[in-house]
Amino acid sequence: MTQPAVATTRLTKRYGDFDAVRGIDLTVESGETFGFLGPNGAGKSTTISMLCTLVTPTGGTASVAGHDIVRERDEVRRNIGLVFQDTTLDGYLTAEQNLRLHAGLYGVPKSELEARLRHVLDMVGLWDRRASKVNTFSGGMKRRLEIGRGLLHSPRVLFLDEPTVGLDPQTRSSIWAYIRELKQAEEITIFLTTHYMDEAENCDRIAIMDHGQIIALDTPEALKAGVGKDRVRIETDDNDKAIAVLAERFGLEATASEGAVTFFVEQGEKFVPTLFGEFPLSIRAVNVARPSLDDVFMSYTGKTMRDAEATAGQRGRDTMAKFRGVRR
Amino acid sequence: MTAVQTAPVSRIRVPRRSFAGELRAIKIVWQRELIRFFSDRLRILTSLVQPFLFLFVLGTGLSQLTSGGTGGLSLRTFLYPGILAMAVLFTAMASAASIVWDREFGFLREMLVAPVRRSSIVIGKCAGGATVAAFQGVIVICIAGLVGVPYAPGLVLGVFGIQLLLAFTITAFGVMMSARIKQMQSFMALTQMLILPLYFLSGAVFPASNLPGWLTVLNRIDPLAYAVDPIRRIVFSHLTLDPAVRQRLDAGMTWGSWRVPTLLEVGVVAAIGAVLLAIAIAEFSKTD
Repeated sequence: MTQPAVATTRLTKRYGDFDAVRGIDLTVESGETFGFLGPNGAGKSTTISMLCTLVTPTGGTASVAGHDIVRERDEVRRNIGLVFQDTTLDGYLTAEQNLRLHAGLYGVPKSELEARLRHVLDMVGLWDRRASKVNTFSGGMKRRLEIGRGLLHSPRVLFLDEPTVGLDPQTRSSIWAYIRELKQAEEITIFLTTHYMDEAENCDRIAIMDHGQIIALDTPEALKAGVGKDRVRIETDDNDKAIAVLAERFGLEATASEGAVTFFVEQGEKFVPTLFGEFPLSIRAVNVARPSLDDVFMSYTGKTMRDAEATAGQRGRDTMAKFRGVRR
Repeated sequence: MTAVQTAPVSRIRVPRRSFAGELRAIKIVWQRELIRFFSDRLRILTSLVQPFLFLFVLGTGLSQLTSGGTGGLSLRTFLYPGILAMAVLFTAMASAASIVWDREFGFLREMLVAPVRRSSIVIGKCAGGATVAAFQGVIVICIAGLVGVPYAPGLVLGVFGIQLLLAFTITAFGVMMSARIKQMQSFMALTQMLILPLYFLSGAVFPASNLPGWLTVLNRIDPLAYAVDPIRRIVFSHLTLDPAVRQRLDAGMTWGSWRVPTLLEVGVVAAIGAVLLAIAIAEFSKTD
């Protein structure tokens, strides 16, 4: 398989006067686990919806599994599996009934269905619960069942839109264990969105999105290496004064948040002894960390993911709400 | 956690879109309606409460006032054809509402992203709603004996046929509305607002002849009237009645002075259903 799993050229979506996605170019190779990272409202879900043929782009082109998402909508649909942010299971049906319904809609051949059902239910650990109504499932079980269902028809690309949102940390990590196992068992490309930094680390490559644009695209390691600096957090008795001192004496730009002062500096471990030697205030605590993806986001946008969510998210939601009111 | 099978599991090949595939999709959506309906026994019962209330409570109570006017015919018997339509009306509306639920609970998206035509999903949904509603209709047919209506094969089949058609039309109407109305609350409010006017104006509770002009007009534009009238004709044709009483209670639908034939009435219901279905398909085939 040489053709890319997903390829987009200037992919754009406008809702009224709101640019949800502004000209995205990317190529995802077959077999890759590709992540879209960004705050809520950055345009991740809109992009996935376009790639899944649920939303028509207003500009640009894209292909999934070698098929154009507008002209060959059906071909795309036959080759993708989908797990949405919100559950799309029928809670009044059993796990097995949900899967059989899916198999019917996708035309999974009868001769292969039984083996395939068993296979995916085993893979997501729900074979024993196949006869239970989905309403009785926990959030994590539902998500697993949806992943299983998304795989039932052997898609070439599995889209996971925020696969772990709303789940507790333990369930989140178990979902990731399933996703990793799935990579071993199936020949598949995984395309996911997340706004959890730690989850993005599981991806082969990440595109960081903000305001409908890709602002960085690389492996998690390369992105972090690109920041080059370590993050140092110190706690002092007078944070305002500490920030002033850091600026004057060390030429460092620091910010105060949650009772601590944060700044970035090359080779943090070596800087800390210097800091202790020359700093006029007493330092109560210090913490040095390798750059995280959050730092990557900050270095590209000048704000934290959380801040970005507060503004972009609200902007997006307002416009989307307005738009939904008209028609959807 | 179960270990992942390492034995090779054949890769499923999703077949290309075909007519057989579309039929299968219709069947699957239809089946799901039936599975859900029959697993919800409470709903089967509750949707029969109102028809039975109208028939037995209102029909019995009001007969004290109307015994002179019905020429010896029990008011319950007179109301019965309308009740046959009412049972279908209520259940079909509830079925249509389920597509709004499907949207709220996300399942609609699972169907909309499948590699099948949207029309197959809409048709399956309407067929499912129609089947379920017609099943309720059959329950009401079964109590014919209690209101003095004979179990003649022609009557049962004729009434059932009209019920099925009516159920399909009403479900199609509901599915069409659900493309625009996304919230269950709004949808419920709308159906509540529509059901009783449709029902009262249809002539289900009174003869549709010799009405004041404004009421006659409203009755003639009420689609439900074109289902109630033929049901009443069929039922009354199996009763032995004094001709004068028959003329007063079952005068039949007229346009001006022209008596509209049963087949045309049924055709009106079918045509409305077809138009609503076409609109519903068009609405659901749109993408953002």
